[in-house]
Amino acid sequence: MLTLAEIMETIKMVQEENLDIRTVTMGINLQDCADHDPIATQQKIYRKITSRAKNLVTVGNDLAREYGIPIVNKRIAVTPVSLITGCTPEADYTDFALCLDRAAAAVGVNFIGGFSALVHKGFTTSDEKLIYSIPTALEQTERVCASVNVATTKAGINMDAVYLMGKIIKQTAQATAAQNGLGCAKLVVFCNIPEDNPFMAGAIHGVGEPECTINVGISGPGVIKSVVEKNKRCDLGVLSEIVKKTAFKITRMGELIGRLAADRLGVPFGIVDISLAPTPAVGDSVAEILEAMGLERFGTHGTTAALALLTDALKKGGAMASSYVGGLSGTFIPVSEDACLAKAAVEGALSLDKLEALTGVCSVGLDMIAVPGDTSPETIAAIIADEISIGVINRKSTAVRIIPVPGKKVGDYVEFGGLLGRAPVMSVHHLSSHEFIRRGGRIPAPLCSLGN
Amino acid sequence: MDKGQGQGKGNRVIITVLGPDKVGIIAGVAQILTENNINILDISQTILQEFLAMVMIADMEKSKLDLNDLKKQLLVKSKEIGVRIDAQHEDAFRYMHRI
Repeated sequence: MLTLAEIMETIKMVQEENLDIRTVTMGINLQDCADHDPIATQQKIYRKITSRAKNLVTVGNDLAREYGIPIVNKRIAVTPVSLITGCTPEADYTDFALCLDRAAAAVGVNFIGGFSALVHKGFTTSDEKLIYSIPTALEQTERVCASVNVATTKAGINMDAVYLMGKIIKQTAQATAAQNGLGCAKLVVFCNIPEDNPFMAGAIHGVGEPECTINVGISGPGVIKSVVEKNKRCDLGVLSEIVKKTAFKITRMGELIGRLAADRLGVPFGIVDISLAPTPAVGDSVAEILEAMGLERFGTHGTTAALALLTDALKKGGAMASSYVGGLSGTFIPVSEDACLAKAAVEGALSLDKLEALTGVCSVGLDMIAVPGDTSPETIAAIIADEISIGVINRKSTAVRIIPVPGKKVGDYVEFGGLLGRAPVMSVHHLSSHEFIRRGGRIPAPLCSLGN
Repeated sequence: MDKGQGQGKGNRVIITVLGPDKVGIIAGVAQILTENNINILDISQTILQEFLAMVMIADMEKSKLDLNDLKKQLLVKSKEIGVRIDAQHEDAFRYMHRI
């Protein structure tokens, strides 16, 4: 029989420490929707999504009620759209994005990911059409998320794609200037993109995935922070052990909900993504965990070590708790989505350079970063190239989600609203990387031995 | 679902009551359970900083209600007594604390 203490511990996690299931994401294969006729393609896409996901939101809400754990988001990820629309004569893919948006609205999910292209070695004609459609697609849709994979460890880095994405990010920011460049918050540039990531904006349903699947992302920074705070005097070895045990408990909740959701929806259970995902809410911050470990402010010396400890302990506890761990499974440090991170950036404790360094020990280093609106496409491309290189060399997924906010300069504050939060505009280096970026080409795949 | 951990004991719920201690809390909850043929398996309680934390484990095998309707009745009762009452499927706790 469960003890009173155990039951109260779980209740406290949910009621006081913001433990929740961040997302239940249904992955849907759209490859069989390809058709020469663009209208027929859209009809097939719409029908497939709305039939597969018709009960997704109801099931999510039922589970939240029965099991007493909030399920914050119900979402959909689809096959990268450039793979299915290539046989249509369309030059612009915005209509396909609008179709995804309508389907997402019809089933009641808040985001749908997969307006995406995989171009790590080169562009197909369809990939190019999709990428050039991104600014308009993100301007005209509300729920669609786009991602582009520009590098893998096995293929190297497509620097032409990196440069192009620098330009596309600028155009997207301009297209959504009235909302502070909000479109860029729904656009991720990836290295080694996971095929089963449930988190937006980078979720896709990869080509190695089954017809339909359920992936789950958990969120419990507040729970981890609470145990770190309770153990002020223990050494870091003991602290790691405590974090590990707690990570086990919160991941079990994800495993349970994922399995139940898959069972009720009649599709296979995919993975639990054990990433710690913060929200702008007080007490739901990753930065606060590190500060509870003994750092005066996130970003100071020691931050990389503390984040490495945290991420590793999460993986150890999470891997034991779930039968299938996947997705990004690191720690997220999205500046605008974590009030304490944003505060560190305002105070000058946290710079873009430190965030890039942190990528070495977590999953998405440059995430939801606002930079001045006059940042050049070449500089944005160079920031992407740096971040992506860390992933390529270290055989891991890394990503960039950066917003050059039109009309804003360093020190201004930008409001994105809801879970996307608010962030200060951070400074970028002013010395030029233009000549380097303009060279373009492909950086070869790295040597994976001689590993220093 | 994993049969061993899930559906074998699939009808158990955990009812938790949190709030200022007062007369009639257990009786109020127990009355709802009795009326709906829900068997109480275990009750434990403690006082946390002047607040009552009471936990009931109940079996809904022969219940006249499903969990959702039970939650609705408990919500009415919780407003009447002025405490927080929740009912959750036992697996939410079992999965977290038992391997």
